[in-house]
Amino acid sequence: MIETSHLSFRYSAESPELTFPDLSCPKGEQMLLLGDSGCGKTTLLHLMCGILRPNQGKVLINGQDLGLLTGKNLDRFRGNQIGLVFQRSHFVQSLSVLENLALPYFLTGQTADLDHAQSLLDTLGVGHKANSRPQDLSVGEQQRASIARALVHRPAVLLADEPTSALDDRSTQAVLNLLEEQAAQAGATLVIVTHDQRLKDRYDRKVELNSLAIPVS
Amino acid sequence: MNWLYIAWKNLGAKKLQTALSLILLAFGVGMVSLLMLSEKQLRDTFERNIQDIDLVLGAKGSPLQLILANVYHVDAPTGNIRLVDAEKVIRHPYIAEGIPLAYGDNYRGFRIVGSTLAYPQHYDATLQFGAWWEHPFEVVVGSKVAATDGLQVGDTFFSAHGLQDETDVHTDKTFVVVGIMEESQSVMDQLILCNIETIWQVHGDEGDVLDANREITAVLLKKRNPLAVLTIPNVIRETNMQVALPSIEINRLTQNFGIGMNTLRMIAGLIMLLSFASIFISVYDSLLARRYELALMRTMGASPRGLYVSLLLEGGLLSLGGAILGLLLSRGGMVFLAQMVADKFRYDWESLGLLSAEGALVGLAIFVGLVAAAIPGISALRMDISRTLSDSP
Repeated sequence: MIETSHLSFRYSAESPELTFPDLSCPKGEQMLLLGDSGCGKTTLLHLMCGILRPNQGKVLINGQDLGLLTGKNLDRFRGNQIGLVFQRSHFVQSLSVLENLALPYFLTGQTADLDHAQSLLDTLGVGHKANSRPQDLSVGEQQRASIARALVHRPAVLLADEPTSALDDRSTQAVLNLLEEQAAQAGATLVIVTHDQRLKDRYDRKVELNSLAIPVS
Repeated sequence: MNWLYIAWKNLGAKKLQTALSLILLAFGVGMVSLLMLSEKQLRDTFERNIQDIDLVLGAKGSPLQLILANVYHVDAPTGNIRLVDAEKVIRHPYIAEGIPLAYGDNYRGFRIVGSTLAYPQHYDATLQFGAWWEHPFEVVVGSKVAATDGLQVGDTFFSAHGLQDETDVHTDKTFVVVGIMEESQSVMDQLILCNIETIWQVHGDEGDVLDANREITAVLLKKRNPLAVLTIPNVIRETNMQVALPSIEINRLTQNFGIGMNTLRMIAGLIMLLSFASIFISVYDSLLARRYELALMRTMGASPRGLYVSLLLEGGLLSLGGAILGLLLSRGGMVFLAQMVADKFRYDWESLGLLSAEGALVGLAIFVGLVAAAIPGISALRMDISRTLSDSP
């Protein structure tokens, strides 16, 4: 589960302060964060995974206050507990797709479960590309592989940043289905951050950031 | 999966850049190592053969030529000297011992040198087969001569006039091999030894020449008194003879070589500097091209230190690979050089073992590679993940 309270952030002393509504999503549930470009969606996402530190407020993931973790512990916790899916899929280009799926294990000090990684790729329909270079996959295949990578080590939370904004309606449905199914199977809390209004009615638990995260000063 | 594997894969993913860095470093290390090897061989060869010859007495001419011809047998002699004049010097109270040398013929390019048994004894040469010579036209051959020409005790051959070619063969005089020396890693290995009378008789002296007119080529002298170096030149002022000091002439020679060596060393240093730049660029390029990948790995749990280690490993792998290639290259170069030396001067340069100085060279190369990677790597430590992820296309 993921929970935030009284979050605010500013990039520098001169820049305006961004404040965010309190969020809460229980374990295994799904939540949509909807907001226009420039409203601080990515900032919120980065706050939630500990890449950025808030000026005020707390982020709790599985009960752990991210603010209490520092340095290597924070890196390790993030790697263990959070899977990230980005708008455009990025991989370590010199490694094969399967090796990219081994990275989350290696980087969090776990032994890689390559069988699980392969079966996940199979489930997502890219099993035959396991030994290909990421750049040899189509955009759609890359996205499915990146979903597999985000979930392979069974994180508690799956954060998806604009997973559908570049997709047509049919692909959008397919990707959302995948994300929901896979998150549910892995028992992960799914948080989708997007400006894509097509997703609006799909989720009961949703927060619109437009008005709320506007700079107060 | 580990950082080493990732670094290895990253290097493999940019083959051209990796090859450039490897080639530059291999050439830099290879040149320095080749210089070290050849200098050592040159020095060893020179020093082994000087032993404790203090002075060389011979005909006037270039003192360096006198040394090269009579100590190393790689140059033509300066001329002949009269035996009676030479004996005066040998008997001088400041001189402990004199080894006379007389030569002018060869067998298949190996010099036939007339001397006394003191000559092989001076180099601690021992017999592998047979016995030392007792009579004219009995010869004892060096190990390399025996191996090259397949000579065995009891074989006979004709000599050719001159020191190299075989155009003018003395077919009337037959040499008999009576002994073969053990390899001594000295000039003995490439000589055919006999007594001095043999040399005289080859050239038409049937014992009817007056002693006063007998000639030899040179005398290797050991001094009894350090003043010999100053005194002997005075003693021989009125003759056609000169004395030269091997150590001084060889010093002068290596100093002349030294200018060339230093130039080569500077060029090698420059190439190593270029390879440093190349590794620097390679790692820096990795960093720029893979900024997003590095940020991505941070989101997956990598610590900044882990990323730093992976970049250092890239530099370390490049420099280790380059250094090993360089050592192989210098061995190849040395085999080529040795072949040249063997063809031209009949000296064996065999030792291709690792010099301790080369260990230091490899260490330096790896250090350089690590430093070249460490500098750009610092920005991986300082990377702002959030901005890098947001800036990505």
